[in-house]
Amino acid sequence: MSTTEKQGLLNPEGRAFKLGSVGADWIDQRTSMSSVVKNFARKVFPDHWSFMFGEVALYSFVVLLISGTFLTMFFVPSMDEVTYEGIYEPLYGLEMSRAYASTLDLSFEVKGGLLFRQMHHWAALLFMVAIFVHMFRVFFTGAFRKPRELNWLVGFSLMILGMVAGFSGYSLPDDVLSGNGLRIADGLMKSIPLVGTYMSMLLFGGEFPGTDIIPRLFTIHILLVPAAIMGLIAIHLVMLVVHKHAHYPGPGATDRNVVGYPLFPVYTAKAGGFFFIVFGLIALVSATVSINSVWAYGPYDPSPVSAGSQPDWYMLFTDGGLRLIPGWEFTIFGYVISLNMLIPMVFYGLFLAALALWPFLEQWVTGDDREHHVLDLPYNAPVRTAFGVAWITEYILLVLGATNDLVAIAFHISINDLTWLYRIGFFVAPVVAFIVTKRICLAIQRHKRDLVLHGVETAKVVRMENGEMLEIHEPLNEYERWTLVQHDTFRPLKEGNGVSGLRAKASSFFFKDQIDPVTPRELRAALEHGGHERHKIEALTGPYRELEP
Amino acid sequence: MKALAQHRHHPLAFLAILLMALLATGGLFVALSPKDASAQSASQADIDAGRDLFVANCATCHGMKGEGRIDGEGNTSGPSLIGVGAASVDFQVGTGRMPMQESGPQAHRKPAQFNDEQTKQLSAYVASLGPGPEIPSADAVDPAKGDPAKGGEIFRINCAMCHNASGSGGALTRGKFAPPLLDVEPTHVYEAMETGPQNMPVFNDNNLTPEDKRDVIAYLNKLDENGSPGGYSLGSLGPVTEGLFAWTVFLALILGCAYWLGAKAK
Repeated sequence: MSTTEKQGLLNPEGRAFKLGSVGADWIDQRTSMSSVVKNFARKVFPDHWSFMFGEVALYSFVVLLISGTFLTMFFVPSMDEVTYEGIYEPLYGLEMSRAYASTLDLSFEVKGGLLFRQMHHWAALLFMVAIFVHMFRVFFTGAFRKPRELNWLVGFSLMILGMVAGFSGYSLPDDVLSGNGLRIADGLMKSIPLVGTYMSMLLFGGEFPGTDIIPRLFTIHILLVPAAIMGLIAIHLVMLVVHKHAHYPGPGATDRNVVGYPLFPVYTAKAGGFFFIVFGLIALVSATVSINSVWAYGPYDPSPVSAGSQPDWYMLFTDGGLRLIPGWEFTIFGYVISLNMLIPMVFYGLFLAALALWPFLEQWVTGDDREHHVLDLPYNAPVRTAFGVAWITEYILLVLGATNDLVAIAFHISINDLTWLYRIGFFVAPVVAFIVTKRICLAIQRHKRDLVLHGVETAKVVRMENGEMLEIHEPLNEYERWTLVQHDTFRPLKEGNGVSGLRAKASSFFFKDQIDPVTPRELRAALEHGGHERHKIEALTGPYRELEP
Repeated sequence: MKALAQHRHHPLAFLAILLMALLATGGLFVALSPKDASAQSASQADIDAGRDLFVANCATCHGMKGEGRIDGEGNTSGPSLIGVGAASVDFQVGTGRMPMQESGPQAHRKPAQFNDEQTKQLSAYVASLGPGPEIPSADAVDPAKGDPAKGGEIFRINCAMCHNASGSGGALTRGKFAPPLLDVEPTHVYEAMETGPQNMPVFNDNNLTPEDKRDVIAYLNKLDENGSPGGYSLGSLGPVTEGLFAWTVFLALILGCAYWLGAKAK
């Protein structure tokens, strides 16, 4: 851009500026956009790297839409039998479905096709990673508390829909691996007493695999699920704007304000830039790292199952339970009841429901109906944090259960021993994780209390004339102190007065060993004590500078 | 014709027919059996040299005459090698699995401990203990002569459940495993199918014909040749390593950028 043009744009008398204002005015008179823009532009968002994972999920979704649209131009969702005559020699002349053949063609013969396929798949993995990390952030900081409980449920639904989108997507190429996944889905469905067989027949249009499932999954994958995801994202974002963004505790941050920067210009630039960074990283990874090499699995045939057959990572936990549970089943009135399928399915339901309903459980236990816009530091909510870590531990155990063959071969250990280790771990590990996490949280809380009361140990020790050793403590400044004393404290609810015995017990489990933040009176006493000590030290050594503010 | 028919009930007729049947079967077998049980017969000098190597390196477990050994507790130190044939020795020794480095569920592949000539001598000695599968000819394992597409189909149905669809290996029960296949010599692949080493089943010629075996070799060779069209393969282990990559490298890249963006405004 030349200097003269630049002047023209910035100069209020310039032609470009006038054109811009006339144009803006024309639009404003017809849409009243200016008030919306004015409001949005001044909307304040707090600044922290941990707040950006929801954005990563959103941007991955945009990449998914773009790359997915490209893929629909070449993918043929049909189970018609064709003979492959493309350029991939190891499959030449084989019978396969048109879906698989078109996936091969779009990978090997469409320019940029493989890159787009890999971008679509990597973006899907990143989408789910970002959703999980975002959920962890929201959970551990208590951002799901009033008024954000509904938005937590919307986010939870997005996570479930992401899983459905992923599963329906990687089943489309009709290769051996994706067919194995569908077979498991079919088996799970058929294990449901009474209605299972009907459900399976309904979904597959007859006996598995049939010729209907790919076109049906295609509609689910490119129309139904993305539309639902987009709708929920819209609700998620509108609620975000309505609630305003929560912020970390710090000087000036209260439940009635938001400390941060306005949307325009800081966040528009940041968010726009971040979109391109995410897009760029997805493109970089997709251009260099292979994902889902469908040509290696071969066209679907119900008989082969390859070693190392696993679903994408976000579905691994569902496979884990199936691998870990013993083959329990019994027959009643001639019908086989497969407990080895039913128990895992029921467990997954409860496992996910616990996450979804946590905000309501916590509200029930605290009896707290205030609005919270200042986030909790995770160690200030020991039971919640411990539950979160226990949940993640259980999740990881199920994931490990699904990867037992790969872990066994990677570390040269017996898969049988490993399976037993995971079976025991399934029951023990979450409990251990809960206890350890809670103790660590309480320890950190005690440490922070100590820090507020006595300040930072300087490692400078003075010996008095009577031999007494005194360490010089440097008190926190009031900004640091604020962050450490602002949090809420709860007392266990007492039974009676509308509080049931169960609720009182639950409340006691949460808060009976709660460590209270330092009160002003405690602080005054501690400072007095510190002042006294300091006086003694100064009497001996003369005034020292470190304690001066 | 009539004269012959008259002798139908002669007591020796049955014997004559049996003899003819045996001759026909034997002749057909010789005519049709795979030619890779080949003519490269070993010299007595090879066998003698092989015996010396065997006594020095293998006899501790397999016995002085390859008859196998059982230790005091009734466990097999080493199985009998009578009748395992030259192919088995060439595979086990040629891939470094024998002599075994340590006892365990399965012998691991390692750099070969004997050179080609010594391996040939050992094979010749063990082959002399009793008839068994021979080392296949170069022609029988030439990937260029196989059909990779057909081999791929055979591979997915017979091999992939243990060795993985990409030939990257897989776990078996109790610490046993199916090893990765992509950097294995075609001759060794053939010998493995024919002799069923370690925990592998034997795929004899009735099960997979020599042509089928060559097709499988052609397929594996093609996989090797094609490499990973999509970029770095992450070990060709499928969705688990992909997920691990997403949670580690990919997430770290994103996290780094998020941290950088979050930090800049301060």
